[in-house]
Amino acid sequence: MIIGLAHYLAVAAILFTIGVFGIFVNRKNIIVILMSIELILLAVNINLVAFSAYLGNVTGQIFAMFVLTVAAAEAAVGLAILVTFFRNRGDIAVDDASMMKG
Amino acid sequence: MTFSADLGLAYPELILAIGALVLLVAGAFAPKAARLVGWGGVLLLAAAAFQAATGPFGRGFSGGIIADDASAFAQVAIFVASAIAIPLGQPWFERRGVHNFEFPVLIVLAALGMGMMVAAGDLISLYVGVELHSLALYVLAAMHRDNAKASEAGLKYFVLGALSSGLLLYGASLVYGFAGSTLFIDIAAAVHNGAHTGVLFGLVFLMCGLAFKVSAAPFHMWTPDVYEGAPTPVVAFFAAAPKLAAMVLFARLLAQGFGGAIVQWQQVLVVLGLMSVGVGAFAGLAQQNLKRLWAYSSIANVGYAIIGLSAGTAEGVQSMLIFMILYMIDVTGFFACLAALSRQGKSMESFEDMAGLFKEQPGIALAMTAFSLSALGLPPFSGFWGKYFVFKAAVGAGLPVAAVLGLVGSVVAAVYYLRLLKVMWLDAAEGKTDAPPIEARAIGVGLALFSFPLVLAALIWIYPAAGRAAHAFGLS
Repeated sequence: MIIGLAHYLAVAAILFTIGVFGIFVNRKNIIVILMSIELILLAVNINLVAFSAYLGNVTGQIFAMFVLTVAAAEAAVGLAILVTFFRNRGDIAVDDASMMKG
Repeated sequence: MTFSADLGLAYPELILAIGALVLLVAGAFAPKAARLVGWGGVLLLAAAAFQAATGPFGRGFSGGIIADDASAFAQVAIFVASAIAIPLGQPWFERRGVHNFEFPVLIVLAALGMGMMVAAGDLISLYVGVELHSLALYVLAAMHRDNAKASEAGLKYFVLGALSSGLLLYGASLVYGFAGSTLFIDIAAAVHNGAHTGVLFGLVFLMCGLAFKVSAAPFHMWTPDVYEGAPTPVVAFFAAAPKLAAMVLFARLLAQGFGGAIVQWQQVLVVLGLMSVGVGAFAGLAQQNLKRLWAYSSIANVGYAIIGLSAGTAEGVQSMLIFMILYMIDVTGFFACLAALSRQGKSMESFEDMAGLFKEQPGIALAMTAFSLSALGLPPFSGFWGKYFVFKAAVGAGLPVAAVLGLVGSVVAAVYYLRLLKVMWLDAAEGKTDAPPIEARAIGVGLALFSFPLVLAALIWIYPAAGRAAHAFGLS
């Protein structure tokens, strides 16, 4: 079997879906949400690199570099906010983030 | 184009980027000089606005950055709105014992991201701009570190914002793959004779991501929580400029990148706009907290802007730009007034707190009345003109049903604005309010004067400027 573009796109789509479900279905821990976000960005990277190889143009790989960089910055900001949240509450369960509703 | 000519197009962004780094180092070495860093930020934003207004036009960096009438118009508005946020927010934080110089630096970085968003001509620069402004806004929302609500607001904003960036990015990767390029002009060429299904799929994801950023229903759920929890002057900032930036980006992407798929995105926009107007009007009725109420009001108002954009004509984009500028002034002014009010050191945020405000603080009560009537769309306040142009454009593009439903939404929303007026003007006061701080009060009253009567004079300038900006997108 030759592994072609469609296979890569399918893997990326599955990873993306797992990531989105990880954010919405997960009811336990906010760290898991951060991991899900990372999963979404990695799915996008697989897409970009697969398209880049298929199209024979390098833009997609450059885009993937940007995504990797921004993902690192995003994880740093997210964890920093999580630390302030933990200091105020002493817990990082998803159900705890419910002071405001309506 | 030579490299130096490319750089010339990006001067507003370069001023902010280099200036923000200098301010960061200055603040780190002289932590006592936070106020100076703040004024430095205001100066930088003013310089960038001046450069954006007077700088050269063209496409730079192989089309990655576009400087045209639209980007100049939006950048001037964004940088001015950001410059107002610094003197509004810094003293507010100092009164609550938060003495940090990062606040102005983060505002400058957010302005840099927004400046990039409105000048993006490529999916990569679009993404970098969106992320740059979002990351700064997440931190700003959680800036009040000892406040449990603020950190929860920051966390919710971060999680849903990151999800929306993920959707946007997934859409961008699909568009890149099926259209073969990330440049808007190349995408436009690829969709010129009917778009491939993969491109349309990507476009829908892109639109979902951007709808999150402008908080259009059904992607609005983060807005009320974030507005309620975040510090009031920060809300004054991120209810205004980021919305304009995302709407301009929305318009540029759809008009310059997907002009050939107008039939497809027009329907999506009409649905997004009408849902936002409906959610904003009806869910707002149940609110007790004014910050939450104005969050729903902002959802409804973004809905009107999207209806204007959905016309898909230059007139529609022009009406959207006018509407957003006038709305920015309303919402910044309202939250500035809210930031100015406190009772025995406690912020006043609910309907009951506003009771008898007219007897206590007639100036601020009058300003808040003007903003409420303007958001309600009563002539001759500024909000009326915004809605007038939007509905006119929608009818002109053959969408009379959208205009009528939008009008119904604004009648429903009138209930909560009028309720606020009734509480402020007629109810008995609960206790004495503190003397409002001079800067928040000055900003609130000044913007109220703009809402009426200055708007009538300003429209003479805003109307043609928005028209030139709209024509830069190349719609007919």
